[in-house]
Amino acid sequence: MPSRKLMSMPDAVAAFIPDGASVALGLALESLIPFAAGHEIIRQRKQGLTLIGPISDILFDQLIGAGCVSRVIAAWVGNVSAGLAHNYRRALEGDKPSLVVEDHSNFSIALALRAGAMGVPYLPTRSLLGSDLLRSNPHFRIIHDDGVPLVRVPALAPAVAIVHTQRADDQGGAHCWGNLGISEDAALAARQVIVIAEEIVPSSVIRSDPNRVLLPAFKVCAVVHEPGGAHPSPVQGHYGRDHAMYHDYHQASRTAEGFARWQSEWIDSVSGRQAYLSRLGAGRWADLSRPATRTPRLAAAVDYGY
Amino acid sequence: MVTSVGYTAQELMVAAAAREIHDGEVVFVGMRLPLIAFALAKRTHAPNAVGLFENGIVRDEPSRELLYTMGDPPNVVGAEWCTSLSNIMCLLAQGAVALGFIGGAQVDRFGNLNTSYIGDPCAPTTKLPGSGGATDIASLSHRHIIIMEHERRRLVERVDYITSPGFGDGGDWRARVGLPRGGPAALITTLSVIRFDPQTKEAYLDSCHPHSSVEEARAHTGWDLKVAPTVHMTAPPTEAELQVIRAIDPQGFWTHV
Repeated sequence: MPSRKLMSMPDAVAAFIPDGASVALGLALESLIPFAAGHEIIRQRKQGLTLIGPISDILFDQLIGAGCVSRVIAAWVGNVSAGLAHNYRRALEGDKPSLVVEDHSNFSIALALRAGAMGVPYLPTRSLLGSDLLRSNPHFRIIHDDGVPLVRVPALAPAVAIVHTQRADDQGGAHCWGNLGISEDAALAARQVIVIAEEIVPSSVIRSDPNRVLLPAFKVCAVVHEPGGAHPSPVQGHYGRDHAMYHDYHQASRTAEGFARWQSEWIDSVSGRQAYLSRLGAGRWADLSRPATRTPRLAAAVDYGY
Repeated sequence: MVTSVGYTAQELMVAAAAREIHDGEVVFVGMRLPLIAFALAKRTHAPNAVGLFENGIVRDEPSRELLYTMGDPPNVVGAEWCTSLSNIMCLLAQGAVALGFIGGAQVDRFGNLNTSYIGDPCAPTTKLPGSGGATDIASLSHRHIIIMEHERRRLVERVDYITSPGFGDGGDWRARVGLPRGGPAALITTLSVIRFDPQTKEAYLDSCHPHSSVEEARAHTGWDLKVAPTVHMTAPPTEAELQVIRAIDPQGFWTHV
């Protein structure tokens, strides 16, 4: 029986990311960043999005530069190996910012999403005390418990979380491994989750190892098969990080015109991820994924028998 | 740039940062130079140190390859634990982390660090990337090390915005605002190592790197930097340390800038 959840990237973005939506993405930090989904959001000219994430390694910058974003709720927006995020800067510098930013730390964004996941209005922390995040983000408040000051971190519940995973079945069961960042907190807090997968596998594969499943399949609204969909970020077991792409982007996006050219070349003039990978070139892709020379590092099998 | 003495300022900073790691400590590693400092410490004087990475990785063995980011696949292979950011931050929050590393754009005489806004946060002249995990590290670890370039525009009397709390306006400020512990133990710059007075919490020049001087460090500081009576030369990296650093970063991506 064909599943309703397996769909193309354009269909998933069109169906589940309306203008104005709050979208959590880039949740594992520097790896598993759903660039293919972000680029499709740009091609569909989505408007007024609220982006939620911990750190964003250039994808938020691209969505901001393309004019899709009105609000950023995050701990850090930049280019991890190269420096600042130029579109983010341009949107915020000067006296007429075109973007609202709600400053967080990595811990506070995780707590906000965990509170959303728990269905409680806030979680407390002793982080951030004395910092100006309490001044620039008006949603934080100091509360006292028996005289002990705590920062009240209000809950966040994104409309959609987008997670890039190694493999999924067509029902929404998904395996993810390596560092997870805030993927679990965000996926639990979000009302719906779009799962992007390098591989689509039979459900029996997913169910053979339920401890590796990222979230309950009933929260998944769409499964998209998109090999290479996280490039230039790395996917454990599939490909490494394309450091040069981050540095080239850093140079290209120094001016608004330069970013527009970059967007035209890498997003608007390619129809989707396969065309993007073709533009990247087979040689460069092979250097990252090393299909011939890569040494698999298989985990030891676990026995669920009884 | 390699100085006349045969190593770069970054190599010396990595060696100085590594020496701040004591054997057996749990260390919150961070980005860039600390990635190499942790690996150097592990391979020299601190073989039992444990590294935490906020993306959700715990390692008791440095990765085999140079890391451009903590999320590079070599950092996952052979890890002691791969988990969530929340779990790593819980270790920090409960006081299990001895030492953390952060870097920044602006630091002041009480070790407060700004990586968020230059100028008025409502209309900044420069928007910097923000906290990442730095606010958490500065709030919750037992001590932290700040690494940055020594320039007058960076070492300022008072930061425009406190992203990562140091000692506030000095004295017992951290306790007064409710922070449970911690504070900066050192500011390692391209010219010097600066530490903080145990009572007043004001910064003072503790040592100058061999290629610099007290006069140069003070001239590139935006306030009247105090100088320890015991001010001395920062120990240069040893041959053994340089060998390890260059084995980790053979192309000099982080250490020959």
